[in-house]
Amino acid sequence: MKRRNEILVSLITLIRKEIKRYLRIWVQTLVPPAVTMSLYFVIFGSLIGPRIGTMDGLDYIQFMIPGLIMMSVITNSYANVVSSFYSVKFQKSIEELLISPMPNWAILLGFVMGGVSRGVIIGCIVFCVSLFFYPSFTIVNPLLTLTVLFLTTILFSLMGFINAIFADSFDDISIIPTFVLTPLIYLGGVFYSINILPDIWRNISMANPMLYVVNTFREGMLGVSDVSIPFALSMIVFFIILLGSLCLYLLHKGTGIRQ
Amino acid sequence: MSQFALEISDLKKTYDSDVVALKGINLSVKEGDFLALLGPNGAGKSSTIGIIASLVTKTAGKVKIFDIDTDKNFPEAKRMLGVVSQEINFNNFEKVMDIVTTQAGFYGIPLKDAKLKTEITLKRLGLWDKRNEQARTLSGGFKRRLMIAKALIHEPKLLILDEPTAGVDIELRREMWDFLKEINANGTTIILTTHYLEEAEQLCKNIAIIDHGELIESTSMKDLLSRLDVQSFLLDIEKSLEEPPSISDYDITLEDSTTLNVAIKKDQSMNHLFDQLSNQGIKVSSMRNESNRLEEMFIEMVQKNLP
Repeated sequence: MKRRNEILVSLITLIRKEIKRYLRIWVQTLVPPAVTMSLYFVIFGSLIGPRIGTMDGLDYIQFMIPGLIMMSVITNSYANVVSSFYSVKFQKSIEELLISPMPNWAILLGFVMGGVSRGVIIGCIVFCVSLFFYPSFTIVNPLLTLTVLFLTTILFSLMGFINAIFADSFDDISIIPTFVLTPLIYLGGVFYSINILPDIWRNISMANPMLYVVNTFREGMLGVSDVSIPFALSMIVFFIILLGSLCLYLLHKGTGIRQ
Repeated sequence: MSQFALEISDLKKTYDSDVVALKGINLSVKEGDFLALLGPNGAGKSSTIGIIASLVTKTAGKVKIFDIDTDKNFPEAKRMLGVVSQEINFNNFEKVMDIVTTQAGFYGIPLKDAKLKTEITLKRLGLWDKRNEQARTLSGGFKRRLMIAKALIHEPKLLILDEPTAGVDIELRREMWDFLKEINANGTTIILTTHYLEEAEQLCKNIAIIDHGELIESTSMKDLLSRLDVQSFLLDIEKSLEEPPSISDYDITLEDSTTLNVAIKKDQSMNHLFDQLSNQGIKVSSMRNESNRLEEMFIEMVQKNLP
């Protein structure tokens, strides 16, 4: 019981430290998504959107909102963990954790919860921004929306953690977000429904994991989706289990953190 | 409970680069000891400490901390252990208070208690006035103190310090010596690595020397120093001389006109030397070792161990 309480305290300490870290630099972490997404809403929603008309029977700006929220959530939960964990490696303050009796799963959970909390806060900020541009927006299925939001932040926090484990320089932590995540997100149905694509591109798009995340979230918020929701949810959970296990294995082996 | 704070048996480490850092070290450190772990650069000291602290993965061997096998229950063993690393390992952008309080939290100490313990520790180490400053604004000496504060926050029974006074000025170094003596007197077992052999001689009861990944000596400081066959002393004399005095069996040279360099063998008496000098009308105003005794012994042993 005592040991369990100690682990709980250490976990809370790490989560608190992670949250304090990004709140301390809120101008760099919380403001930019709000500004960027405002620009998306102005340009693609208010200026170009009316010329596009409807998408899946919805106003274009309304269709875009879940995608833009998901885009911010994914990039921020990933960025939070990859930059935070790589920083502690770079500064050697990872030793503070490794020397302590904290189990590996608590270290992983602490960093992931940091990414989850930032992703959720960013999601809420972008949603609030969207209400300025589309005040009548209502969420169709709040439970599914929140479930997908949490699962997505967990999934991409785990990805960020793996990236940080293998990173040897600051360049290494920007390569995957720039060259892998961003293109996949943009092509993952944030701005369009894959139903408007020719067959071949629609089939190729089905191999993009972002499509499932974005569409499941859109189903929760708007009730429309291009993919099967049970399949998408089970795939997200499957990858969370897979990546979580991989993270624990890497921590146990000491890859990138122990000599 | 074991009488040993640390037991290492057949500890081996080969890095991925095929560098063999440790070739099978056996070392026991008694509870309450103050041990100097010495060795030239690259000898394997930091690898040994890294393995004990779980920062380095061992290739083979066993480590027990207060009889707890680290392979079986590392978290429990870690609770007994405090480590002051060679390099600064905290977030320089955090405040002093936060760094220490957070470290306490990692050991499962609830926030309220952690704050209280942090206050006590920071006051003890003269850091309380700096508690709200970012760590990056601290001087090198204060950063070292902060490292010690972090290592002590959970009141470990075994404290390992990897060159804690490197780059620290003499005043602060002596303050740290007093502090370490005090916590050792209060029961904390201390293992110290240092390149300042004077420091090891001043502080440590026992000594272990590692070279080329092997333990080449493990004994008491007194025993090791007693093995020194010849010691050189510098004697400052009141009147200048042009030639060194001739005293049978003593090897005396002139460093300069008012300083004699005398080599004293183990079986020779200082009193006899002073009597002889006095008979020749030479008055000695002060004397000192030409070099640190441990340093002489250390160099001798390491040179013997050259491949």
